[in-house]
This record gives sequence, C-alpha cells and structure tokens, in this order.
Amino acid sequence: MDPQAITTCPRRSGEDKIIEITGMHKWFGDLHVLNDVNMSVFKGERIVICGPSGSGKSTLIRCINRLEEHQQGTICVDGIELTGNLKNIEKIREEVGMVFQHFNLFPHLTIIENLSLGPIWVRKKPKKEAEEMAMYYLDKVHIAEQAHKYPGQLSGGQQQRVAIARSLCMKPKVMLFDEPTSALDPEMVKEVLDVMINLAEEGMTMIVVSHEMGFAKSVAHRVIFMDFGQLVEENTPHEFFTNPQHERTKLFLSQILH
Amino acid sequence: MTAATQPTVRPAGLKAPVIRIGVVQWMRRNLFNGVFNSLLTVVVLLLLYKIVPPFVQWAFIDSFWTSTAEQCRAGGGACWSIIPANLRFIIFGFYPYELHWRPFLAMLLLVGLLLYSKNRNHWRRSLLWMWIVGLVVMGTLMKGGILGLTAVESDQWGGLPLTLMLSVFGMVGAYPLGILLALGRRSKLPAIRTISILYIELIRGVPLISMLFMSAVLFPLFLPEGVTFNKILRAQAAIILFTAAYIAEVVRGGLQAITRGQYEAAESLGLDYAQKMRLVILPQALKIVIPPTVGILISAFKDTSLVVIIALYDVLKTTKSALANPVWMGFSPEAYIFVGLIYFVCCYAMSNYSRRLEKELHS
Ligand SMILES: Nc1ncnc2c1ncn2[C@@H]1O[C@H](COP(=O)(O)OP(=O)(O)OP(=O)(O)O)[C@@H](O)[C@H]1O
Ligand SMILES: [Mg+2]
Repeated sequence: MDPQAITTCPRRSGEDKIIEITGMHKWFGDLHVLNDVNMSVFKGERIVICGPSGSGKSTLIRCINRLEEHQQGTICVDGIELTGNLKNIEKIREEVGMVFQHFNLFPHLTIIENLSLGPIWVRKKPKKEAEEMAMYYLDKVHIAEQAHKYPGQLSGGQQQRVAIARSLCMKPKVMLFDEPTSALDPEMVKEVLDVMINLAEEGMTMIVVSHEMGFAKSVAHRVIFMDFGQLVEENTPHEFFTNPQHERTKLFLSQILH
Repeated sequence: MTAATQPTVRPAGLKAPVIRIGVVQWMRRNLFNGVFNSLLTVVVLLLLYKIVPPFVQWAFIDSFWTSTAEQCRAGGGACWSIIPANLRFIIFGFYPYELHWRPFLAMLLLVGLLLYSKNRNHWRRSLLWMWIVGLVVMGTLMKGGILGLTAVESDQWGGLPLTLMLSVFGMVGAYPLGILLALGRRSKLPAIRTISILYIELIRGVPLISMLFMSAVLFPLFLPEGVTFNKILRAQAAIILFTAAYIAEVVRGGLQAITRGQYEAAESLGLDYAQKMRLVILPQALKIVIPPTVGILISAFKDTSLVVIIALYDVLKTTKSALANPVWMGFSPEAYIFVGLIYFVCCYAMSNYSRRLEKELHS
C-alpha cells in the first residue's frame, strides 16, 4: 500500500458526523487513561466534557488531533482516519483547531504574526491576505488594537482571545478547547467565554473541556461526564444538571455546584 | 462587549522621586562600606599605583614608534617600531609581497560582509547568496590562476587573512551543523539520535589539536589515491567539525528550555516538523543560548591559532616568525601586545554584537 495515501473512513451517506471515535483505548505505561471510548460529534454540535481531575478529559481531546497517540480503536475526523501516517495527521491538524489552558502563544512573534503563521505556511496564503484575515479575527475577539504587540504584553484574557483567533485563522471545521478559562483571573473569564459563545452562535463545531457550568447550560447541545477514562454519562445540559443518572455524576455535580 | 475589554484610563500618578548623591557619599557607599571593602580599595589603589605609571612610562613616554632597532636598544622604552617595520609580514605572511593587495581586498570583502550581516533586516535569502558569491571572490583573489591573476599556492597563504577566514568560515559552517546535530540528538528516530550522540561525544572527547593532526595526517589516508585536499581546507573542516559539537550541546540546552506547549501549539496549527522547528522552536531556543554560543565562537576564534602545529602561518605564527629576525630580537612584548590587540578587538566586537542582538531580540 502507498504509505503516503490518506486513509479514509467508511462514511455512510446522509450522516453528518465530523468526529467518530470507536472502541478507543489509551494507556500511559500501565495507567489505563482512556477505556473504551465511543463518541460521535455531528457538524455544528457543541459538546462540553466535564469530570474530576485526572479522569482523562485532556487526553481524550488531545487524541483527536494526535497530540497524544491512542493505542486501540479508531478515530475518524472529517472522514480521515487517524493513523501513524504523518500526512493524515497533518491533514487533520489543519482542520482541527485547539485552544490550550495556558494559551501557548508564540512569545517571539507579534500578535498578528502569531495569527498569520498558520495561514502563510500551512494554507500557503500570501502574506497580505493572511494578515487581513488575522485582523478580521482579531477584530472579532475585540483585540485588533493590540495587533503589533507581543503576547507577553497582554493580559491572560487577551492572550486567550488571541489564541482562539489564531485557531480560527486556519478556518478549522472543529475547535477543541482544553479548560480555556481555568488559568485566568476571575475577572477575565467572562471576556473569553463571550468570545466562545459568539463562536457557538455562528455554528462552529466545538468540544470544550470545562467546568464552567453556566457556559455548558447556555451553549452545549450535550454534556459528557468522564470518570476513570470512561464516558460515564451524557445528556442534554438540562437533563444532565437536573436529573443526573449515575452516582458518580451526582457526586461530581454536588462537589462543583456546592 | 464586556467591561474588561473597554480601554480604561489610569489616573495621573506621582512622578518617581529622583535621588542625587554627592561624590563623597558615592565613595562611601561603593568603595568604603565596611572594613573589608575599605581595605580592598586601598590595596587595589596601591597595586594600580605600582603598575600603571611604569607601564605608561614604558609604553607611551619613553617609547619609540618609527625608529630603527638600534635606536630602540639605546633607549629604555617600548619599541613599537617593530610593528610598522614588520607589519606586512605579520599581516600577510609569506604571500608574495607585490600581491598583498589581493589578500587585503579579500579581507576587506570579508569584513564588509560581516558588517552587512550584522543588521537583522538583511537576514534574507539573498544574504546567503551574497556569502556564496563573496566566498568565490575571496577564493579567486587569494588563489589567482584565472582572470590574469598570478596563481598563489595555498601554502603561501598566512597571517591575518588566514586567521579571519578559518574563524569566520569555521563559525559559519559550525553553527548550522551544530543546530542539526542538536536536533538530531533529540530526534525520535533512533538511528539519527545515535549517530548524533556518537558524533558529539566523540568530538568532545578529543582536543582540537588532535583533530588538526588527524586532518593533516589521517584524513588523506581515507581519500582515494591521487586526490589531494588542500591543507587549509582540511584544517577548516577540522575546526568546523570540532566547533559544531560544542554548539550542538549549547543549542540542545536551549531546546530543552522550550515548553511542550510551544511544540503542541505549532503542531496543532498543522505545521510540519521543519516549519515547527524553523519558525517556532529554534528562534526561541537560539535566542536563549546567545551568550554561551558567543562564548564558544570566541574560543573557536582564538583556537584557530592552534593551526601552527600543522605548519599553517596564522597571525600569531607570523608574529613569532618576525621576532625570529635577529634585528628585532628581544622586542617580543611589543609584538605580542600588538597581536593581542588584534585578537581582543575581534573578540570584543563579537561579544558586543551578541549583547546588542540579545537586547534587540528581547521582547
Ligand atoms: N504525558 C503523560 N504521561 C503519563 N501520564 C500522564 C500523561 N498525561 C497525563 N497523564 C495521566 O493521565 C491521567 C489523565 O490525565 P488528563 O490530563 O487527561 O486528565 P484531566 O481529566 O484533563 O485532568 P485535569 O482536570 O486535571 O486537567 C492522569 O492521571 C495523568 O496523571
Ligand atoms: Mg486537563
């Protein structure tokens, strides 16, 4: 088989799944971090994942763009299967945006350079076009006036909004968020959540690891509760919060909602 | 819009107070704060008094600048006259006298290229081409044999042009090679990693002198019969290979200082390995290690003087040879102070530039 060929997943017609994970397992050494994960995400769907610390939430979404490697089962993103094939991986990473807890902006580049890097080098856009797009998205996250500063000169909330804009510049089909507000000072959480809510209103497919229950209630189509590497329960936000089924979910909710 | 994104105006504050202190107070604070420091100050002042005036007397007041050796011997001061009398030999070695303009031009070209490359705005692809063209022109000037230039065999090259070329091209070659080795040492591919580690550890385990010997004696054994390789090129190769191993370890340190998040952010944008390294990781890592890198480059510059052991005439060796002339025997301090100054000016320029670069890149 041609090792460079992109492996595609069988896709039944009429289905609009953008992510499909089946029977996925992952171990860190002996630690079974993800245990038989099955999950589908439809286009335009917004999912919030919550669960106790160490339950594998980060690992799960990091597997979706191959920042972590899964060892069993299949992950399909936009019809492409994630295998060891570098071409597959890079293709998927182009379509999947990721926002990290600690922003991870490139400190040696200005804000606008941070944003235009991907479009220029990965999407092969001309510099001018990439910068126009960067300005468009900076404007969207209300931070256009900071375009020529360096990340270190911005507040945490501003940096996280830049990080979101940086991902958007790649025009991803899915956005992954790993606790995007948990490293922020409380007064900055809202400005980031507002940006995410805007994004949701525009129909972006989003998977968000977060304990911001207000955000989950107002934006999510589904809330998934994870514990010990398993998807324990999933439901609409209303059902999830008012009528949790599992003991572990009840315990977790009672802890974070007091 | 949230309140936090609206620009707020800071109320006008007070200016920080400016504190002035007098000379006496400055001295008390900096030179005489405590018994030990006062003692130290006194001792240092005494030493300076013992050393500086006699040196000034010798070097400037009683000195000779344009005399003959006999006149020097009659007086008691420094005989700087040895420098102008032997300058062209010290600078150009055994290069044919009437052709000295050629290495001179080559040197000018090299220095011009260096000065041009100092400016970060010039760091474009065209700079690489300028260096390649410059290298060819320099080689032509030195070697001749075409364009009506008399051929000069490379065993007649020497002096400052040789020192400068060995060190500049040594650095220019060693830096990228060192970066590749550092990346290789952190590679996920076991073969590349092993080769890099072996290379780095082997090279660091032998002194430069032995590398130079090997380049002169051992290297030709591996070449096919009849193929000879210029001795200077072989020494150049040895210097590059040697310095690269040290650069590699320094760069590796810089790479280790970059957090995993930077790699992950670059990867999640879809950058491939080369782009990730070139655009995101290396610019940060190399910046962190500017000071130790310059340290290595400076010592590489000074280490080029070791090429004397394979009978190359670098600037230190030509100076020494000038002193062998019976006429000027006995004036070695003056001559060594002069080459010392040449080395110092070059090294100081490097460290000065590195400091400026660091400041410029500091964001
Ligand atoms: N690179 C790694 N090597 C070894 N173990 C790891 C690694 N990354 C995570 N783990 C372990 O895997 C488990 C799941 O980690 P993960 O980061 O996915 O949890 P999480 O649900 O995101 O937790 P948190 O809410 O604290 O972020 C934890 O026990 C963690 O210690
Ligand atoms: Mg996590």
